Order: sequence, then structure tokens, then C-alpha cells
Amino acid sequence: MVHTVNDTPMCAEPRPPLTRADLKADRPTWCPGCGDFSVLAIYHKLLEKKNLPQESIVTLSGIGCSSRFPYFVNTHSVHFIHGRILPFATGLSLSRPDLHPIVFIGDGDAYSIGGNHFDHCARKNVRLMVVVMDNQVYGLTKKQTSPTSPVGFKSKTDPWGSKVAPINPTKKLVSSGATFVARTAASNPNHMLEMMEAALEHDGFSVVECFSECVQFNPGSFDAAVPRKGGSYPPVPADHDITDEEEAYALTREPFPGYFGIYYKVDRPTLNETETGLAADPVSDSDPDAVRSRLEASLRRLT
Amino acid sequence: MTSSRENPAGTAYTAPETLNDAVIRIAGNSQDGIQSVGAMLARLAGRSEMEVMTYMTIPATISGGPSIFQVHMGSGRVLSAGDAADILVAFYQHSYDDHLESLRDGGVLLYDSTNVEPDLDVLRERRITPVPVPMTSLTIEILGGTGKKKGKNIFLLGLIAQTFRLDMDKIRRLLAEVFGHKDESVLRNALLALEGGYAYSIGDMLSFFTFEEPRLAEGEAAVTKVTMTGNQALAYGAIAAGIRFGAAYPITPWTEVMEQLRCDLPGYRGSFIQTEDELAGIAAALGAAYGGVPAMTGSSGPGLALKSEAISFAVMAEIPLLIVDVQRGGPSTGLPTNVEQSDLNLALHAGHGDAPRVVLAAANVEDCFHLVIEAVRIAHEYSVPVIFLSDQAIATRIEAFPFPDLTSVVRFPGAMPVIADSYKPYSLDRITRHLPPGSRILDGKYPNVTGLEHDESGHPSANSKVHMAMTAKRRTKLEVLAETLPCPEVRGPESGELLLVGWGSTMGVIREAVDRAAAKGACYSAVHLRYLNPLPPGLEELFRHFERVLVVEMNDRDTNGCGQLARVLRAQYALPHVGGITKTDGLSFRIGELLSRIEETVDSRPSAAGPPAEPANFSH
Repeated sequence: MVHTVNDTPMCAEPRPPLTRADLKADRPTWCPGCGDFSVLAIYHKLLEKKNLPQESIVTLSGIGCSSRFPYFVNTHSVHFIHGRILPFATGLSLSRPDLHPIVFIGDGDAYSIGGNHFDHCARKNVRLMVVVMDNQVYGLTKKQTSPTSPVGFKSKTDPWGSKVAPINPTKKLVSSGATFVARTAASNPNHMLEMMEAALEHDGFSVVECFSECVQFNPGSFDAAVPRKGGSYPPVPADHDITDEEEAYALTREPFPGYFGIYYKVDRPTLNETETGLAADPVSDSDPDAVRSRLEASLRRLT
Repeated sequence: MTSSRENPAGTAYTAPETLNDAVIRIAGNSQDGIQSVGAMLARLAGRSEMEVMTYMTIPATISGGPSIFQVHMGSGRVLSAGDAADILVAFYQHSYDDHLESLRDGGVLLYDSTNVEPDLDVLRERRITPVPVPMTSLTIEILGGTGKKKGKNIFLLGLIAQTFRLDMDKIRRLLAEVFGHKDESVLRNALLALEGGYAYSIGDMLSFFTFEEPRLAEGEAAVTKVTMTGNQALAYGAIAAGIRFGAAYPITPWTEVMEQLRCDLPGYRGSFIQTEDELAGIAAALGAAYGGVPAMTGSSGPGLALKSEAISFAVMAEIPLLIVDVQRGGPSTGLPTNVEQSDLNLALHAGHGDAPRVVLAAANVEDCFHLVIEAVRIAHEYSVPVIFLSDQAIATRIEAFPFPDLTSVVRFPGAMPVIADSYKPYSLDRITRHLPPGSRILDGKYPNVTGLEHDESGHPSANSKVHMAMTAKRRTKLEVLAETLPCPEVRGPESGELLLVGWGSTMGVIREAVDRAAAKGACYSAVHLRYLNPLPPGLEELFRHFERVLVVEMNDRDTNGCGQLARVLRAQYALPHVGGITKTDGLSFRIGELLSRIEETVDSRPSAAGPPAEPANFSH
């Protein structure tokens, strides 16, 4: 039995709140101990906490270990091709303002094969939330160098140790115009939830750069950011002005593990906003006669 | 009557000629505004009872370079842009040098005597009447100031109006429409230049050269026509088809489609965005299509190649999408402003894996409007990407066609979110119909849309049986579609010596060639394919009814001697009497050229003709 939404108001009857059971889907296929489990658990928690209508959430991903994400959460979901999920999500975000598209991708998708799209989504300020699960290695293909692998990282494609400088994700994001840039780690679930919540609430292109350890191919990579392993998890200083681009750059220059928290957050018109205001008196498909008259008028000018 | 006034070549005529079908070729440089005067002539013709078809070339340079615009107008069915011009307008010496060949013997050469010195001996020999007009200096005289020499295209329009006795009131109205929204002085100058050209005495050319504007037969109702380029028709067709989102990257000659939709779609609460690259173009369009909003992307050859990975996704994930390819000369950057039909292989096969998709090809400007509506219908009814092929010739030429009946053609294929008890995105029991996000699934199992091989719910599966069943599902739906397709109409007898098969922009030329051959006693038939994948039913039987089948296409014969469609048809039907005529000069076929190519081909292998005997196991 299928009803159109127009016939039956979707939220007419009161609904029980969204629970973890509602969101549970396939059993994750990640290796035991993978940081991605923690990101998934926090995503479930975020959705429970925000209690959005389940059908309005769209979980999207590219290709990689982290991008298996959509199968493990029970929402409308898309597992797209490598590198292109950001423009895909752009098309969805622009054409369906009623939905909540949330993207989970890895460092390969975000900063290598799809790097160009990251710059342009940021510049255009597409209304979209992105979580980059950065493990500094290509895990699904079993240990090749990633764009965030540090110099000296030994992999199957750099057995002598990587010789090229990695990308600095937060610096790149601030410079390309992202209006929300935050940094967190899967090892700190409470902080991760706080950052994701802030990102979801931001009206614009919001990115959470999130360390997520690959225990199989890059173990111990983020120990310096884990206090119980002798590292430190320095929060963004309390006096940091999140609207100041220069201050944000200063944070991005800190040596590893750097600061965790919101680096940058400004308000700028979103692409979604600027695209909707382009015609003075648009007609709607719900009024077919108006659509035909509009087209008729355009064609009359060519007679 | 003999011309009393001496023209420079001293050409004399014995009888006045009445034309009801005229081809005018205007040759100049790209910045002379000859495209706009050509477009105005075409629109004028479209507003009378005339049929019109145009042809243009533009240089691939940013500004400058030789350019031509050819207008073919007349009564009856104008099918092609015409072979030889009745009038050649030459602005420069190079225009004269390069295009005199295209002027028919006995035609009229109208030239800017400020810039052109014709060879009078040649003109005399070919009975061409030279009409010198100092267009540049006269325009400057009329409008004042050297900066105004831009008005000479409108001056020329006046001259042409005089020559063909076109309705000046209609022209004045048209100029008011074209320039009305600009500064007042622009329209005033245009009208001055027009009247100047109209009043300029070109002597007694009219006494031997009259154009009869076609009139309606008694009882015949006037048909309102629209006049536009193929790219414009494609854009408006997409709107009529219900497309409300587009995303693409600029590339010649596709770009005008996206420019038009960028401007028009917001008026329909839609949007067309310019993306950072070709990959983002198709990805964003897929995102909107996933959202249930009818969506498109488009490009020309190199861009379609870049989109191919996402095409395979659209096939795998069963997302409806319109993908336009306005073909140009290839490979690589190739010939960006020339015509070629060399992307058929790409359209049929772009992508990895077994990725069946639908491929349609427009035969003319009118098709760009109507067939794109059909393409979007198929995309949505079968949840499949549809590649729509146009080409540079259709994209840039202007045709007049009957005003579409919007009540019957406008469609709304968008999918609204629904409330469903349960939903399997890839059910094996039926053809997939995409369900957009926002749909509430009451059993609480939300669908995955994925490029991984998947089970009926969209969960990843590398199970052999699942992959076999799903591969078959994606193929079978096109077999179901094929059964619903109309058999293509045959022009001429349904059996005989020779059947010409065409696709894309060659339709008009092939039909005129068939008609011209018939006038000379040769009996050819022709069929034009719009559905290239899946192929429509009935073709094999049709081919068997001819001794020889020649596929006419503008691409190269491969190492086996076949053009791209010919190879497909030979592979599909295993009929050795299917051959082809191909060419790679980057220009549309001319009728005379095609006829001589047909004769050459038929003469060269007369004994090879004849369909094979029907195999014993062949059943209808």
C-alpha cells in the first residue's frame, strides 16, 4: 500500500522517538578495534538525540572502509562511486531541501580522488554536513599511502617510507571557503558527538575532520592524541575567535596532534539560498497549467 | 528578356527565373553578425508559410575567423540546408575565394565591392550575375562614424529583403523584438541600416530573379511555427519533459543547452548548475535524480567520456537520468566546431562492466524538442540512464517546426515521496521504479541505493546467483522496452535494390537524395533510426527485403570497413549485405555528394549484393 505524501500528511500522527533499534542495520564489516565503530555509534547517538524524521535522513558515502557506513545505519542511503559523493550530495541538497543529507567519507575520497569537489563545495557553501574519517592510510585496498599519510609512512606503495608532504586538511578546508571546520577524533566519543551536533546545526558546508584509527594497517597512528596512551587531546583555546580566518590558520599550523574543536565557523549565503532566488515568479509543477503557460510564453517569443 | 543594364561580368539572361525555393549563403567573418542576420531570415521564413533550414560554420577561435551562414527557405518540404547556393553574399575577398564553388552556375554573387574583387571571366563562364554593393562604406555613410560598420549585416538584410521581396513590416517588427530591449539608438540605427539596404538600387537583378513566397492552398489552415536552433529546442524539450535539475560543465557545442536551461529552469522552481568538472556534473544530476527530481547532464564527446564511470553507476543503481551528448569531431579535442557522428560507440558502451542503457538520436531540430521528452519518459519508466545524441549540425542550425501542442506533450515524471508498507529498491519481480528519499517505509527497513552488486533490498552481495539475476534484470528491462518501440517508417518501397539507413542529422539529406534519385528514375528506400539501443523491432526483416543496405554516417569506417552504426547492425543481425557510406571531413553530407557516393558504392561491388538465404531456424 502506497500513499503519496500529499494525500497523507506524514507527521500527522505523533511518533515515538527514534531509537537505536530503529537505526540498527547490517552488522558492520570493519576489523575489530577499528575507529569507525566509534564514529558509527556516535552517528546513531546523534540521530537519536536530534530525533529527525527517519525518512528525512539520507546517509551518503563514497568508496573505502569508512564508506561502508550507509549499510550499517537504517536510513535512506547511497553508496556512490569513489570521489564523487560531494557533487552527488550537492544535487540532492539543492533539489530536496526537506532532507538531511549527511556524508561519511575517508581521506582518500575527501582529499585525493575527490579533492577538487571538496574545494568547490566549500567555495559554493552547499548546505551539507561531511564527516571525514581520516585514518591516514588506504585500508580497503590493504595499505597504500594516503594523502594524509605522514612523511616516512611505510606502505605497499612507499616501502621506503613516504617522501611527500601530506595534505593539511583543516588548512585546506579553511582556505577553500568551508564555513564550518572542526577537528575531532574517534577516540573521544563525547567530543565527536559535540562536533557532529554543531556541524549538523550549521547552515552551510560543514566539515568534521575526524581521526579514526586503522588498527590493521596504521596502528598507533593517533596515540599522540589519546591521553590514556600517553598522548594529549588539547582543546581549541577558549579565547579562539572561530569567525577569524587568520586565527583559524594559526590553529592549522600547530604540530601533530594539534588542537581539537571548532576551528572556523562563519555565516555566508548557501548555494541552496542563492539558487532559489533566481526567478521572480517561478511556477510550480503542482500547477501544470501554469507550467504550460510559462513554456508557451517562451516558445511564442520564437515564432 | 535580356538584361539591358550591363553588370560587371556582362552576363546576359534570356529568361527570368522564378524560384520557390532559395538557398542564400552569407560568407564573412565571425564578428560580422552574419549569424544574427541569418537567424532573422530564418525566423522571418518561419513566420510566413515557408519552410526553412539553416547551416552555419563558426571558427574554433575566440574572435574572428571565417564564418558562414546558409539559409534554405522555400515552399514544400525543406529537408536539408541545401547544396548549391542561389545567392552568395561575400563580405571579403577570402569569402569570395572560399565559397564561389558553393554558388550554383547561373546564381547571383552579391559582394561588398569595398573589399572584394571577383574574377569576371569565371563569373561569365558560369553565368553568374555579379552585384557589387559597397556595403561597408554605405553602412558607414548611413549610420555615420566608422564604429558603426557593424550595422552592415542589417544593411544586407535590407538588400535581401529587396531581392526576395520579403515583407518589410514583418522585418521591422522582428528588429523591434530583437533590439527593442536595448538602448533606443540601437533599434533606430538598425532600422536605418535596413531601410538603406532595402532602398539601395541593385539594378535589374529582380527582372530575372524573382522569389515567390509560398501561399496557402485553399482550405489549408495556417500553422504557427517556432523557429530555433537544435540546442534551444533541446533545452525547451527538456523543460517540457519535466526536467527540473541539471548540472554540467561548458563544452562546445553543448554549452548553449546549459546556458538556456540555467536561465529558464529557475522559472520552474528548478535549477541548472555549472559544476567544477564533468564528473561533478553527472554526479550532481544523479543526486537530484535520486531525490526524485527529473534531472539531466550533458556534454560533448570528451565530456561524455569523463562521465562514463557514473553512467555505469546509474545503470547499476537503476537511477533515471537524461545524458545529452552534442557530438563534435573527435577523437580527443578533435574538431570542436565541426560535425561528426563518431560518439555512437561511446554512447552505447561508455562505462565498465555490463551496463545496458538506452541511446536515442535526434534527426533534426524538431526531434530535439519531442524526442527528448520521449527520452525522459523512458528514463523514468525503466529507471535507466538514457543517452540522447545530437550533433554540431543540429545544435547550431535553425529550423521552423509546428508549435508543439503543449497540452499533450508536457510531462511531469517527478517522483514524490510516499508512505509505503515496505519497499525493495531492486525487486526481481518487476522493473525498478525509483522511490525517492523522504518516503516513509512503515516496516522500518530503509533502502540502500548502491553501486555494489546488491540483493533486492540493496544490501551488498557477491553471491553468483544474485549477480546473475541482477545482471539479467538490468538487461531484461531494455528487452521489454524494445518490444514497445515503433518500427521505423520506410521512405520509398519496402523492398528493392537499395535501402539507405541513417541516424542523427543526416535525415534531411538522405531523404532529399532519395527524392532526387527517384526523379531520375532510381528507386532507393530510406529508413532513419531514432532508437539506437535497444534497436526497434522489424529491422532484420526489413533489411532482408533489400539487395543491399547502406548505412550513411559521418564517422570513419573501422578496420573491418564499417561505420559505427553499420558495425552494430551487422553484429546484431549478422547480415553481410549491410555496408556503409562514411566520411570524416567534419561537414554535413551534401545531396549531390551522397548520391555520387551511393553510385560509387553500388557500382564497386555489384556481385556482393543480395541478402543471405534465411537460415532454417529463423522464425518471425
